[in-house]
Amino acid sequence: MSENLLEIKNLHVTYKTDDDEIFALNGVDLKVRKGETLGLVGETGAGKTTMALSIMRLLPDRVGLVTQGEIFLEDVNLMKVTEADMRLLRGQDVSMIFQDPMTSLNPIHTVGHQIAEVLFLHYPNAATDEIERKVDDMMAMVGIPAERKAEYPHQFSGGMKQRIVIAIALACNPKLLLADEPTTALDVTIQAQVLKMMNELKDSFNASMILITHDLGVVAQICDSVAIMYAGEIIEVGAAVDIFESESHHPYTIGLFGAIPDMTKKTRRLNPIDGLMPDPTSLPPGCRFAERCPRCREVCSSERPGMTPMSATHGIKCHLFKSDEQRRAAQ
Amino acid sequence: MSAPLLETKGLKKYFDTSLGPLHAVDDVSLAINAGETLGVVGESGCGKSTLGRLILRLLEPTAGEVVFDGQNILSYDRRKMKEMRKQMQIIFQDPFSSLNPRMTVSEIIAEPIKVTSALPTQDAILERVFELMGIVGLAERFVNTYPHELDGGRRQRIGVARALALNPRFIVCDEPVSALDVSIQAQILNLMMDLQEEMGLTYMFITHDLSVVKHISNNIAVMYLGQCVELAKTDELFENPVHPYTQGLLGAIPVPSLSARKHFNIMKGEVTSPINPHPGCRFAQRCPEATPRCAEPGLELKEISPGHFVSCYSHI
Ligand SMILES: Nc1ncnc2c1ncn2[C@@H]1O[C@H](COP(=O)(O)OP(=O)(O)OP(=O)(O)O)[C@@H](O)[C@H]1O
Ligand SMILES: Nc1ncnc2c1ncn2[C@@H]1O[C@H](COP(=O)(O)OP(=O)(O)OP(=O)(O)O)[C@@H](O)[C@H]1O
Ligand code: SF4
Ligand SMILES: [Mg+2]
Ligand SMILES: [Mg+2]
Repeated sequence: MSENLLEIKNLHVTYKTDDDEIFALNGVDLKVRKGETLGLVGETGAGKTTMALSIMRLLPDRVGLVTQGEIFLEDVNLMKVTEADMRLLRGQDVSMIFQDPMTSLNPIHTVGHQIAEVLFLHYPNAATDEIERKVDDMMAMVGIPAERKAEYPHQFSGGMKQRIVIAIALACNPKLLLADEPTTALDVTIQAQVLKMMNELKDSFNASMILITHDLGVVAQICDSVAIMYAGEIIEVGAAVDIFESESHHPYTIGLFGAIPDMTKKTRRLNPIDGLMPDPTSLPPGCRFAERCPRCREVCSSERPGMTPMSATHGIKCHLFKSDEQRRAAQ
Repeated sequence: MSAPLLETKGLKKYFDTSLGPLHAVDDVSLAINAGETLGVVGESGCGKSTLGRLILRLLEPTAGEVVFDGQNILSYDRRKMKEMRKQMQIIFQDPFSSLNPRMTVSEIIAEPIKVTSALPTQDAILERVFELMGIVGLAERFVNTYPHELDGGRRQRIGVARALALNPRFIVCDEPVSALDVSIQAQILNLMMDLQEEMGLTYMFITHDLSVVKHISNNIAVMYLGQCVELAKTDELFENPVHPYTQGLLGAIPVPSLSARKHFNIMKGEVTSPINPHPGCRFAQRCPEATPRCAEPGLELKEISPGHFVSCYSHI
């Protein structure tokens, strides 16, 4: 038995549209241990949601295709599971909080009904009033007065809908929770409450979580490890200390940290990373960040860098970094 | 002192629900000076978007006034309001769902111009579209693409271009960067601040990201359950937050560094329901400083130092 709950090996995903082929994931390797919270960060379009959808096997039919690679949940190869088994797995072992709350809410049922539905699936023998009490608890936990359970999604603000979705995802105690920007729409006090609740529930079941977010503050607060994506690849991965305290980083990671508005300084202009991500239909041959990279060298635009292990936990995909072996081989 | 371009006076919006009236916006009085930015922050569901939509009359208020350039626009008839709309625009949070997926970039940007018949010919409209695309930094080759073919940053630039189409004076920005990653967010914020400087725009900037609001606002209004609980200059608010909710809000900002990793700073207690809310302070149930007096009615925003307003019994 490995202690890894999830292992992704060399995953490639493309979206085929009428006239284009979009290379969304280009060789992703990732491991998530039992009980671990992994923060997944990266620019819009980097492939974060695609990765989560691949794990759920919910890529859009006929359009989104896994062209290479494997995903293991414990010993189960998810690429080989039948659709019927996958549906069971989705209910019990893996659950996902979607980026857009309306994808998981039904407009014609009250929010309370939708939480109860999941609880009934999970506790088929529970009495109705017991379920109702649990619904009230879940609502309180996400900071919405329980009396509002009789309302419909359209009567809720965006952030309130998101909290209902979080309550639903947590109601079934999954082994792996995929949370796609779960707190982006929430103010920081409720965010803190929701993250704490997710963390506690996770700990009490030794569950794992992949937390997709743009907010490096949130990552610093609750993630054990971090993976940073760019143009469909993981370009840096490490334990939280590696990402937040080590000296060595991928140039993109450095740009990402530099773009955060600094609460302690007063500056008129922010420092975005210049330029845009490469066109995912025709990715450049070398390093995908080369065009925007302030430290780009000749080799960068012709040769794709591999993942260089910086330590047992920390890896960087960039020509600036060579492992000792590679350096020795080059000499 | 410049005169306010926009003011709300005792603005209220109650929604009917099966359990009674829901006080989404309850007696909000604010002012924004021309060329300045008022940041509006607060818990999700506290009424920020409703407030923005009331100001643009996309929703009709239950009571109160919206004064633009000295005129109460709530008294305007449809024709006058249509004229007025040219001066007031809105940019929405979600660049993914707020743009019509069946329209091309040029159709989306041109729509407000066509609706108001602001320009006489197709050519003039197209010329204006290209001009706007230039202003917001969208390459001309995207003119005939559809929003779903673009990334979030470019989509939000379309939203900005569309909002600018009629040369407005005032823009409600409803979480325009919340869905974007920090780098794209920085690009859009820089763009919006440049536009403000060049065109003298006035913004109401709704967000729950305190680092963003600190960066972009002159003044900040903190809302809690439909009411404005604290209002101050940006620096003053961050240096000297007075309302216990504001203090909790600032204390809960996640900092991107491990040394700041702390036990979650959680406010205890239940969130009060906005449906038939009890009189007294709506934050009392979660407030660490609450006293029996906090349940009494009659709480108002009071000026505790010049330009700094707070609505809290412990600070009067
Ligand atoms: N259904 C689809 N059809 C075609 N292309 C798609 C589809 N879904 C995603 N893509 C493309 O795949 C790439 C990866 O998208 P994905 O949604 O995984 O990014 P993301 O990292 O989640 O971005 P964000 O931070 O904006 O949510 C992007 O180039 C995107 O345009
Ligand atoms: N059409 C409606 N019918 C009934 N209630 C509504 C309606 N629209 C909004 N509300 C309620 O009004 C309150 C304020 O909602 P609003 O959307 O203004 O919040 P918000 O501050 O913008 O929140 P968020 O940060 O999540 O966007 C909420 O309690 C919401 O449930
Ligand atoms: S490989 Fe080269 S271009 Fe890519 S990030 Fe490293 S230095 Fe920059
Ligand atoms: Mg996504
Ligand atoms: Mg809103």
